[in-house]
Amino acid sequence: MHELLLPSEHLQVIHRHAVETYPEECCGFLIGRLVLDRPDAADQPVRAQVEQVLSARNDRQDSRHNRFVIGPETVLAAHKQARAQQLDVLGYYHSHPDAPARPSEFDREHAWPDLSYLIVSVRAGQVAETRSWRLRDDRERFEEEVVADLPEENRI
Amino acid sequence: MSITLQVPSPLRRFTDGQSDLELQAANVGQALHGLVERYPDLERHLYKDGQLRSFINVFLNDEDVRFLQRQETPVADGDVLTIIPSIAGGKEA
Repeated sequence: MHELLLPSEHLQVIHRHAVETYPEECCGFLIGRLVLDRPDAADQPVRAQVEQVLSARNDRQDSRHNRFVIGPETVLAAHKQARAQQLDVLGYYHSHPDAPARPSEFDREHAWPDLSYLIVSVRAGQVAETRSWRLRDDRERFEEEVVADLPEENRI
Repeated sequence: MSITLQVPSPLRRFTDGQSDLELQAANVGQALHGLVERYPDLERHLYKDGQLRSFINVFLNDEDVRFLQRQETPVADGDVLTIIPSIAGGKEA
């Protein structure tokens, strides 16, 4: 199964962002590197190690309680920032106020494969659950990935 | 015209790992169609019902083609096309 290695301090930043923006949706970038046990092997489970979290502004002018958007200029800037540090944009996070941490149809329509989509469910102003997902190549649905803490001594 | 198209990293698995592709095209639309003709597995991630997916933005030499002539925007030798997604989503309505 694919893994998102997410140090607890970064998860806390994401949770804080989600709670602060409630009842609106928050969003941001997961930046880090892929950990490949066997670099030449195809179809091995992905392990994505998050090294930075970059909060973004929800650029929606309306419906922020159930929609978010990050514009292309911000996306481009985040990719440049990651590349300057020899890192990659591994995926994105956003919150679902008073809704489960499961991707919606709207999420699926706007997703690409090979990225982690971390969703935080916030209910009544408190974090309820955090789950992460990857879109299948056929776009039919997401597959859940494990979100694992990464103690400092285990970081690459 | 001979242009370079920069493939975003989530889609490079569908272009044999290549990040920069040389394409022959007269305009942005032709370049994108040329891309999916060469790599058909990309099509579902770029197009829906024959139209470029709404969250996909195309930059021609750092200019968003929405503010030019969109897919009719002509290209010249040496131009660089970059595909940048807007990131969008949200819970069920």
